[in-house]
Amino acid sequence: MNRWVQGFLAVCAAPLAGVLWIEADAASPDDKRSGVEFVSPQTRQLQEDDTSNPGMLWVLEGEQLWQEPAGYRATACADCHGAAETVMRGVATRYPQLDEQSERTVDLQGRVNLCRTRHQEAAALAFESQELLALTAFIGYQSRGMPLTASEDERLTPFIDSGRRLYSRRMGQLDLACADCHDARWGQRLSGSLIPQAHPTGYPVYRLEWQTVGSLQRRFRNCMVGVRAEPFDYGAPEMVDLELYLRQRAAGLPIETPAVRP
Amino acid sequence: MRSMINVPKTAKAGEIIEIKTMIAHPMETGYRTGTNGTTIPRNIITRFVCTYDGEEVFSADLFPAVAANPLIAFTTVALRSGTLTFAWTDDSGATQSESVEIVVA
Amino acid sequence: MSAEPDTVHRVALRGRLGRRALLAGAIGITALAMVRPAQARPGLDAAVADFAGGREVQAGRVRFDIPPLVENGNAVGVSIAVESPMTQLDHVTRIALFNEKNPQADMVVFHLGPRAGRAAVSTRVRLATSQTIVALAEMSDGSVWSARANVVVTLAACIEDLL
Repeated sequence: MNRWVQGFLAVCAAPLAGVLWIEADAASPDDKRSGVEFVSPQTRQLQEDDTSNPGMLWVLEGEQLWQEPAGYRATACADCHGAAETVMRGVATRYPQLDEQSERTVDLQGRVNLCRTRHQEAAALAFESQELLALTAFIGYQSRGMPLTASEDERLTPFIDSGRRLYSRRMGQLDLACADCHDARWGQRLSGSLIPQAHPTGYPVYRLEWQTVGSLQRRFRNCMVGVRAEPFDYGAPEMVDLELYLRQRAAGLPIETPAVRP
Repeated sequence: MRSMINVPKTAKAGEIIEIKTMIAHPMETGYRTGTNGTTIPRNIITRFVCTYDGEEVFSADLFPAVAANPLIAFTTVALRSGTLTFAWTDDSGATQSESVEIVVA
Repeated sequence: MSAEPDTVHRVALRGRLGRRALLAGAIGITALAMVRPAQARPGLDAAVADFAGGREVQAGRVRFDIPPLVENGNAVGVSIAVESPMTQLDHVTRIALFNEKNPQADMVVFHLGPRAGRAAVSTRVRLATSQTIVALAEMSDGSVWSARANVVVTLAACIEDLL
C-alpha cells in the first residue's frame, strides 16, 4: 500500500476509532438507493420542499430560457418543442443516448447544445454556464419522479462497456476506482460523510459544497481531483460513456432533479 | 437575478401570513482565495426590505455569513388588499425589486 | 465529533516533493490559507455586548432552531422565534445572529415591528467550523433576550477546489 493511501486511510480512520477498511458487497439490484438516502435530514428536507430548494431557482430560469428566442433565426425551444411540461416529460430518463447523426453518445446537456447549433443556429452554451444548467435543470425537472430507464439499444453496448471499464479502473495518486467506494463501500464513511452509491438521479444538482447548481461532469471532476487523478475534460467522450454506464446501473431509480447534496 | 417569492394570493383581514423569499446570488464573502492566489472580491446582498403598499413592514441586514442564494422567511399581517414589494440591495448599491399582489377579504 | 477544517486536506502535505506531490501539496496549502482568517477577530461576547448597547442580555424568550450536527457548513437552515404579543406597545424590534469562529461575528439582523404579526424568521447561514451561535432579540421596551446553540460542522464552508 503506497504512502498516499496510508495517509488517506489514517485520515479516515483517525476520527472513527475502530472502523477499518472493510470489504462490503456491491449494492444488489434490490438494494439500489438514491443519494438522497445518504444525506442529513435537513438536506433532504431542502430537496423535498420546492419553496426552499435552491435548485428551483435554476428550474425557473430554465422555464424562462425555454421561451427565449436564440440564434440566427431567433427561434426558441418552445417554437419547435411546444410546452415542455408535456413534450419533455420522460426525456431525461432516456439520457445519455446515441446521437444518430454523429453516431456517438450524447448526454442531455450535449443534446441541448446540438439542438442549438444544428437547429437554432446559435452558439453552443458553455459547460457549467448558468444557461446550460438552467435548461438541463428545467428539462430534468419535467421527469421528476419518473424512473431512469436502461437503454436496450445494442448500438450503445461498446459505449456502456467503455463506461464500465472507466468505472472499475483505478486512477490517480490514491489509486482508487469509482467502484472501490461506490460499489464496495457505500454506506461507510469518508472523512465524516456517508458514501452514496453514485446514482445520477438528481442532476444537475444543487451541491452545498459548490453553493450553486452543477452538472454530473463537474461532480466527476470533483471526485477525480479527490483521488488526485487528472480529471477528464468537460465534454470528453469518457464523461458521457461513464454517465451512460451510471444510467444503466441506476435504472429504476426515480429522477429527483433538482436534487440537493452536500 | 432569478427570485422566487411565496406569498398566499388571498388572506383574511388581520390574518398573519407567511412569506418565503429566495434569490439567486453567490453571496461571495470576500474571504475566499481563487485559483491564482488572489482574494475573490466580496459581492453580497447587504439589505432586504419588504414594503406593503409602500410602508416598510420587514427588513434584514445581511452579512457574508448568509448562505448563497439567500432564503429569507418571515411573517406579516394581511391588513388590506395591495402590493407587497421585495427589494434586495447589494454591495454596489444596485437594487432588484419584485412585487406581488395580495387580495385581502 | 468535530473535524478540524485542515484535517480533510492534511494528507495532501505528505509524500516526497515531486511534481505531482507538489501539486497536491499546493492544494492543501491553499486550503489552509483559506481557513486562516478564522483565527483573529472580535470575540462573540464583544459582538453581543455591542448589539445590546450596554444593556443586560438575559437568557430566554428566544427559541433558536439550528441543527446540532451539520454535514456541510455552506447552508445551515436556522429559525428564530421570539415570544411576544407583537403589539404596538410590546413587540420585538430586532433579531440578530452572532457567531464565534467565522471570519466575522455578524451574520444577519432582522428588523421587525407590530406589522410582523409574529416574531418568527428563517434563513440559511454559513458556518466555517464547529462553534457557538447566539440568537438575540431586542424588545420595544429595550430589554435584550438571547439563546445559544453549539453546532458541530462536519465539513467546513467556503473551502472548495475551484476547478
